Amino acid sequence: MKRTHGLPYTPMPATDPRVKQLDTRMKKEGYRPDALIEILHAAQNAWGYLPMPVLQHISLRLRIPPARVFSTVTFYHFFSLKSQGEHTCLICTGTACYVKGAQQLLEAVEQTFGVQVGEVSADNKLGVQAARCIGACGLAPAVVLDEEVQAKIDAAGLVAKIKEKLEAI
Amino acid sequence: MNRQELQTAADKARQQHGHYKQKVCVCCGTSCMASNAEQVLQHIQEALKENGLDQEVEANLTGCMGLCNQGPLVKVLPDHTIYQKVTPADADELVKAQFVAKQPLKEMLLFADTRPEPFVNANDDPFFKKQHKIILKDCGVINPEDIEEYLAHDGYQALDKVLTSMLPEEVIAEVKHSRLRGRGGAGYPTGLKWETVYKHVNDQKYVVCNGDEGDPGAFMNRSVLEGNPHSVLEGMMIAGYAIGASKGYAYIRGEYRLAIKRFETAIKQARKMGLLGRQILGSNFSFDVEIRIGAGAFVCGEETALIASIEGRRGTPSPRPPYPAECGLWGKPTLINNVETYANIAPIIRHGGEWFSATGTAKSAGTKVFALAGKIKYSGLIEVPMGTSLREIVYEIGGGIAGDGQFKAAQTGGPSGGCIPEQHLDVGMDYESLMSLGSIMGSGGLIVMDDSSDMVDVARFFMEFCMDESCGKCAPCRVGTKMMHDMLQRIVDGQGTQHDVERLQELALYVKEASLCGLGGSAPNPLLSTLRHFPHEYEQRLVPPHALVATGQTVK
Repeated sequence: MKRTHGLPYTPMPATDPRVKQLDTRMKKEGYRPDALIEILHAAQNAWGYLPMPVLQHISLRLRIPPARVFSTVTFYHFFSLKSQGEHTCLICTGTACYVKGAQQLLEAVEQTFGVQVGEVSADNKLGVQAARCIGACGLAPAVVLDEEVQAKIDAAGLVAKIKEKLEAI
Repeated sequence: MNRQELQTAADKARQQHGHYKQKVCVCCGTSCMASNAEQVLQHIQEALKENGLDQEVEANLTGCMGLCNQGPLVKVLPDHTIYQKVTPADADELVKAQFVAKQPLKEMLLFADTRPEPFVNANDDPFFKKQHKIILKDCGVINPEDIEEYLAHDGYQALDKVLTSMLPEEVIAEVKHSRLRGRGGAGYPTGLKWETVYKHVNDQKYVVCNGDEGDPGAFMNRSVLEGNPHSVLEGMMIAGYAIGASKGYAYIRGEYRLAIKRFETAIKQARKMGLLGRQILGSNFSFDVEIRIGAGAFVCGEETALIASIEGRRGTPSPRPPYPAECGLWGKPTLINNVETYANIAPIIRHGGEWFSATGTAKSAGTKVFALAGKIKYSGLIEVPMGTSLREIVYEIGGGIAGDGQFKAAQTGGPSGGCIPEQHLDVGMDYESLMSLGSIMGSGGLIVMDDSSDMVDVARFFMEFCMDESCGKCAPCRVGTKMMHDMLQRIVDGQGTQHDVERLQELALYVKEASLCGLGGSAPNPLLSTLRHFPHEYEQRLVPPHALVATGQTVK
């Protein structure tokens, strides 16, 4: 019997360099199903998030049911099914940052830019996320703005930095 | 590579680095990197060249020196002079003062802004004086991206000793003799664990390194992996030899980019030198290590969940027994230890178990690395002998509370631990004493709170964490953490009643007893310990039930 998917399957364009890169990676891992998490990391690095066609592609190549791929993706916080925006603002809410007022940072960003935690602004420019702990407790409260760690930042400073980033283009 | 070649390489490395009279170490841990440490290093190297000192003074990057708050840090050896908050623009002045005028720059010395008289030799500073370093001994001294520096500091000597002159049983006996206990938090005797895996006969066994440091407020494993990755690798290899495994996996948190990169480099260099691979150092022992990157799930720190995650599945725990020692990764006997546990192995083998057990207390031997953070003057990474009192850590090493606040509590063990109030400040930090106060050692996060912290909200914060991180497999944890969180939220919002507190206590017991794994089993700890030590804070918030009825709210 032909296997049917809940979603229509659109093959990935083979010309996309990211697809080629991903295919090479899967080949290197020997298409082992247990390499799923490694492959997902590679895919998220290439696309910035995990689009559904990519997941279907991985499921087909590694011979894992789509449901299992999907369940694995949604289990881990690190993987995202949505685009995270051009600029990402990751606010650490670990214990040390919590003690030093990470909540105020979250509120300031939410109020100024109108983006809730875990959401992306309407124009896809800014994505705001909260991290469990980025392990930089000596720098609390810490924020990662586009892969750059901002140490001991206050609400006004953070808002200014984000504005700077948004206006840079 | 055989034994002689290892000795030759070590001698060569010693000579190469020994020919410099002095060394400038620039801390390139995650925290210091965030404040431009790489540029500082570059500028210092340029300044050394300009002053014609580059043949006498070596400048290199190193791992964490411990004081992440004061970064970027620059240390000059052999004087142990540490400069704080160095900017790239300061490099030239610093080099001139230190090496040309030979007068240390007073105003940039460590703690120049907070101590009346900063120390030129940082080892005299109370922050360092009280510490005893085994795991972090070379962290902040050697370049973690260069295997030669590790070789020059007796690296892989323990492996050599094990492979040429010790039987696996002898290695296990030595580890047992050292009385080393698991540094992941539970404190299970390491030697006993090794012996159990050793006794299970199987043609394939695995060694797993747990580097999924998920607790908020903890960064010990990150610093060890960043600062001295080879020590962890060597520990894993010795464990592999002792239990008869040929393959190892290092499971590292996905958020720790730099740690992953440095550990990868370490594996590559070890492979290139023939220290990983087939027939290591001319023996019959073959071993290889692979990295698995975590994907952000706290529950993956639990050993059965970690195994599931390495196998590429959802990280949900499974009932024990069978324990991983018998049936672990792909159904094979598996040894799982924490990063810090492995980092202790090489020194134990080099100096003997007797030497190791001389430090610490009768039941908890050795040292423990703590990540000191929160409302404390000098936060950072410290290593102290087991049994050091909390007062010493907070007031002598940490310099007391930052600002005008009063010490209120210290939180250990993250979301699985508890709070230690002021009256227990003299407690010795070891497994049993912390347990008796309703907290746990945990992996070593130590968050200091002052009187501005609201303990009920702290309990709510940790419960929220456990609620989010519960994997959902078993009902006591999945439903219980949610219910406890909602009740705590009500109390925080000033709508809780005495009834809520009673139910919380009851529920905490059920969740603790009935959960499948350690996450649920320890999730009520922060709640129970705040209830035990700060009951008045709960009482102040409670309202009589009729008050809620009067305002139209129903009693839940």
